[in-house]
Amino acid sequence: MSGAVDSQSTRSPWLTWRGLKVLFRDRPIIPLLVLLGILVLPSELARPGIVSADWASVMIRAAVPLAILAGCQTLTMLTGGIDLSVGAVASMAGFLVATLVGGQGLVVAIAVALAAAALTGLVTGIGVGVFRVHPLIMTLGMGLVVLGLANVWQLQMVQTGSGVAPELRTLGSDRMYGILPYSLLLYVPVVVVILLGLRRFGYGRLLYAIGDNPIAARLSGTRGWQVLVALYIISAVLAAIAGFLISGLTNVASVTLADSLVLPSVAAAVIGGTSILGGRGGYGGTIIGALILTITSSLLTSLGLPEAVRQILFGSIIVFVAAAYTRVTSDA
Amino acid sequence: MSAATNAVDRSRARPVDALLAWGGRNAWAVGLLGFLVVLLAFTKTIQPSYGASAIQGLAISVLPLVLATVAQAIVVISGGIDLSIGSIMALTSVVAASQMKGQGEEFGVAVVLAVLLLGILIGAINGSLVVLTRVPDIVVTLAMSFVWAGCALLVLKSPGGGSSDWLKELIKGPLVSEWVPRAAVVLIIVVALVWIPLRRVRLGLSIYAIGSDRLAAFRSGVSVGRTKVIAYALMGLFAALGGISLTASTGIGTPVPGPYTLLSVAAVVLGGVSLAGGRGGVFGPIVAVVILQLIRTDMTFLSVDPNLAVVAQGLILIGVVMVGSLIQLRRSRT
Repeated sequence: MSGAVDSQSTRSPWLTWRGLKVLFRDRPIIPLLVLLGILVLPSELARPGIVSADWASVMIRAAVPLAILAGCQTLTMLTGGIDLSVGAVASMAGFLVATLVGGQGLVVAIAVALAAAALTGLVTGIGVGVFRVHPLIMTLGMGLVVLGLANVWQLQMVQTGSGVAPELRTLGSDRMYGILPYSLLLYVPVVVVILLGLRRFGYGRLLYAIGDNPIAARLSGTRGWQVLVALYIISAVLAAIAGFLISGLTNVASVTLADSLVLPSVAAAVIGGTSILGGRGGYGGTIIGALILTITSSLLTSLGLPEAVRQILFGSIIVFVAAAYTRVTSDA
Repeated sequence: MSAATNAVDRSRARPVDALLAWGGRNAWAVGLLGFLVVLLAFTKTIQPSYGASAIQGLAISVLPLVLATVAQAIVVISGGIDLSIGSIMALTSVVAASQMKGQGEEFGVAVVLAVLLLGILIGAINGSLVVLTRVPDIVVTLAMSFVWAGCALLVLKSPGGGSSDWLKELIKGPLVSEWVPRAAVVLIIVVALVWIPLRRVRLGLSIYAIGSDRLAAFRSGVSVGRTKVIAYALMGLFAALGGISLTASTGIGTPVPGPYTLLSVAAVVLGGVSLAGGRGGVFGPIVAVVILQLIRTDMTFLSVDPNLAVVAQGLILIGVVMVGSLIQLRRSRT
């Protein structure tokens, strides 16, 4: 957080290169927004007339689940952790609702799924916070545990069958007046809570403090393990919410549904300027990062490139953006 | 203090003392080895027919993950992590399979050597990107995992290709005694050829040094960037060996990365290598992979639901690491 203080004290003119660097470091959203704008241009060139309000709303709808999962990564990365169990938790939550909604009703189904996710987060948090297991290993292991249990549940539920609840389908894939995705109804409050929580509330500041210097945080009276337990519960619940939206968007309920989003969610948070080493970043950049990734992959698809080339370009872009970002912010 | 004891042991240079000293330095690995013996005995009790041929099967089935784990261990010791190992294995495997198909045996040898060079090159690219961009290892290699997987798809769109016969024979069956699987011998020779000389020379020490404390290593005259690139190049070499072992054991190349990346991270940690870098070796992780595979086999013998076996795998991973960190916590207190 030293950045904010610097900008107050130095106030170098923005027009110099150094000033631009300071600006970019303090307001990482600006270069990201520029990049987003640059990406819209080739989308328009690839298929003239494609960029419209309708296109934008389809992009947003596709980006929302990724942005929520990237939120899990942002919050955990701020403390120097990572959450690789989001894929398993999100899939599990979507699958639980799909199997329970027939017999128990939507409210009970969602409540059960959220409770299961919170329980997962609690165990992860205790492992990371109390027993000091490395977050990478802890969430990797919990991902395996959740996946295995979800598979067991799937075998139990073979006769019952499953189907994505129509309400979730509406929430995940329909659009108000044919333009505003319903998922925003759920997502906007999530964004407000995360943004305000990180900036204005003590809990959010504690996440930065622990990530920046865990020893200093402990010496100044932070009970690190409580913060971490709460953090991993929050992360798991967010993942579950993303799972509802993904199952609604794709109209599929499977125990591996969200697995392919795990690595992109880490990438979105990194592109958005959150440091994987902890203590630096925020959720605003992550949202733009998720949009950038979604638009990039849609652009690569619309160019008619084969899957192989798409993956190569996708990976190269992530390296390039992360490198540019580090270069700009490191020695300003 | 332990360093001093080691020095004394070495000066006496009696084999028993050397062995004891090695055991002292690798207490975790020795513990794992003991656990493996117990596990083997347990397997024999629940499945009396478990014998030489099962051991051979075990050796072949663990080979790709063991090589991936050695690759990961070297990078983790140097203070990094590589999340593209699975993709590199897929790429090297399809390159080997597509080039060897329908070619002569001698040409197969050339292909294997070329693929190993390719692996070194890929690893060096990963390492150079980490050093040049100054982006954290985990981010660079995560992004590169997409790139290498895409390259694998460019080489082969669907599983295919072929393998030279000598390569398939190389890891199949026993050597000398029926209790010595050929795959295990190949593995030991390959790892010993690279790793043991490496530990003896300056470069090996440098790899540990930059993992332990970059700044201290830099100030003692270690070229941090160059050492890091070399560590990644070694990773690429072992990942390529893993890819070739995939081609050898399946006879084809598959362009889709297997689960090797994350499993290798798990096995490295189980094997006593600290994710913070600078600590551990390759022996512990190798034993850890064999243990994990044997546990899975035992669960099949006990007819445990395979899904619960996945759960158990996760719990074992967490549990062992928890025990390890508790031991460390107590040690740091006393």
